[in-house]
Amino acid sequence: MTATSRIATRFAALRRERRRGLVAFVTAGDPDPQASLAIVKGLPAAGADVIELGMPFSDPMADGPAIQASSLRAIRSGATLASTLALVATFRETDATTPIVLMGYYNPIYGYGVEAFVRDAAKAGADGLIIVDLPPEESEELRGPAANVGIDLIVLVAPTTGPARLPWVLKKASGFVYYVAVTGITGTKSAAAADVGRAVETLRRETKLPIAVGFGIRTAAQAEAVASHADAAVVGSALVGKIAENLDAAGKATPGVVPAVLGLVRELADGASRAKVA
Amino acid sequence: MDGLNTYRAGPDEHGHFGIYGGRYVAETLMPLVLEVEAAYRQAKADPTFQAEIDRYFTHYVGRPSPLYFAERLSRHLAGARLYFKREDLNHTGAHKINNCIGQALLACRMGKKRLIAETGAGQHGVATATVAALFGIPCTVYMGAVDIARQAPNVFRMKMLGAEVRPVSAGSATLKDAMNEALRDWVANVDSTYYLIGSVAGPHPYPLMVRDFQSIIGREVRAQLQAMEGRGPGTMVACVGGGSNAIGLFHEFLDDRDVRLIGVEAAGEGLNTERHAATLNRGRPGVLHGSRSYLLQDKAGQIIDAHSISAGLDYPGVGPEHSWLKDSGRVEYVAVTDNDALAAFRMCTRLEGIIPALESSHALAHAARIAGGLPKDHLLVLCLSGRGDKDLDTVGHIDGVTP
Repeated sequence: MTATSRIATRFAALRRERRRGLVAFVTAGDPDPQASLAIVKGLPAAGADVIELGMPFSDPMADGPAIQASSLRAIRSGATLASTLALVATFRETDATTPIVLMGYYNPIYGYGVEAFVRDAAKAGADGLIIVDLPPEESEELRGPAANVGIDLIVLVAPTTGPARLPWVLKKASGFVYYVAVTGITGTKSAAAADVGRAVETLRRETKLPIAVGFGIRTAAQAEAVASHADAAVVGSALVGKIAENLDAAGKATPGVVPAVLGLVRELADGASRAKVA
Repeated sequence: MDGLNTYRAGPDEHGHFGIYGGRYVAETLMPLVLEVEAAYRQAKADPTFQAEIDRYFTHYVGRPSPLYFAERLSRHLAGARLYFKREDLNHTGAHKINNCIGQALLACRMGKKRLIAETGAGQHGVATATVAALFGIPCTVYMGAVDIARQAPNVFRMKMLGAEVRPVSAGSATLKDAMNEALRDWVANVDSTYYLIGSVAGPHPYPLMVRDFQSIIGREVRAQLQAMEGRGPGTMVACVGGGSNAIGLFHEFLDDRDVRLIGVEAAGEGLNTERHAATLNRGRPGVLHGSRSYLLQDKAGQIIDAHSISAGLDYPGVGPEHSWLKDSGRVEYVAVTDNDALAAFRMCTRLEGIIPALESSHALAHAARIAGGLPKDHLLVLCLSGRGDKDLDTVGHIDGVTP
């Protein structure tokens, strides 16, 4: 294991450059293996500072219609946990520095076997895990094995995470903290920037870790507003929505899909990097 | 012997039954789940809460529900003495109301302003819409589009009662998908809304709480059978989808080691086909809808669509306590096909004048299968969990019976 992880290195660089970052989410295998690889490979050059790669699941309970549809497209095109890790490994052949955080639900990992999964994920070159339905109460069986292979289990903090609970949740954090800006599913409501500001301020008092803010960020202006309060803004539904817009009538990728997604990533990254750093 | 002193001690304080159960929900929901747990713990310790439930059970639900000796059917099967626990005679026509009374009273104590629920056959949706009307709380019920089509009478009832029924067309458009949508609604409306889960599934404390409210079924059976026969049951049979009526019947008897307990799953078109809902017979442990339990899933860990003629059993998961009871060997879990359930439906209708729900017909089919091999004085108790009015269209269509 490297002494300093890619996640820590990337956020340290952002702070040094006094710049705010973009975490770009796409689902592995959406809309098909080739187009998905091309999108993921293009993300760093388009301005993504961290890649959040969705591990498709049939029943994504915390996700809105855009990511549900994305997950389903990926499953239909044959995506599995194994193919997701293979995508990471292929990406790593040409990019040794951009952090990759795998996002998904616990069931496929539990079925794969926790020890085998974290070992294979580390070998493929993944840096972090966000497991939506694994709150700190249930996460010990994954946290230890992940830590042993140098993978950060990223904690989520929500507007409902009260002051009594927050320090306990943050004690389990490593890598960065993901602040869920709204009470809701992905890709629906958007938070007021002022609310995000107050929430992040509270978090800063409790943790030195970088903070990324996601849920409901669709435009460059929103990315800028949110990123002005945090280390990075996370965008997901808007990007997979762009994939959906660039499919043909049969649901197959059109030649426009990769440039369309990467073009939006560019806009959002520019938005985030315009954010003023106090 | 298995070394366990009791099968009735679970779950532990974190909601685990062995490796099963737990609270596998997003962080946004976690504080709410903890709030429900704290509120329930407080309510359970408050005698006025139980007294209120008892009052509604007696005067509104119509409890105790009768324990009926099915004499003609017993004679026909030429074996055990078959008893029906008549949950079909409860107000709203199924056992689901027991749980809804309890949870709605809890929601009121918590000051919640809105109820949401998922429903498969619509029995839980009707029961939730009923308590929503009774306590004057707005209510939204999520129901798969496929289930809306095959359980139309219950959709009517929910709407008449003032509930909003939201169709869910994602996935297989059945109970699993309705539960996904209800969870999504809850996460978006955390302050106002109470999620009234209808089975012994979901995150802790739901499997515990729903079991507590349903275990009145088994407690009444013990007293009633003692009065009628002067002894306890030999075998008990109940259908298992999520498993709330089965836990309700079994829990009282888990430590009566001489009582044989059998849960009956839906084998759909057959256990060796891909179209069944026999989670405990054919699934493997996984995590869905807030708890670890047996699940129907493919090699990659994606959830497989279940199939059963009975909408209430058409679910690829099962309550975590059942998973634990299966592994511990205390309860046997068998499966009955669509066709066998239909045959039992017809038999019960014609021999006893009781039209059972297709869900309960699965339990009946298994009871009929074993009754003939049991001694004449063996007491076989079956949970007739619901009435079959809602299924008349389905069965009529198959049997060519028209109004």
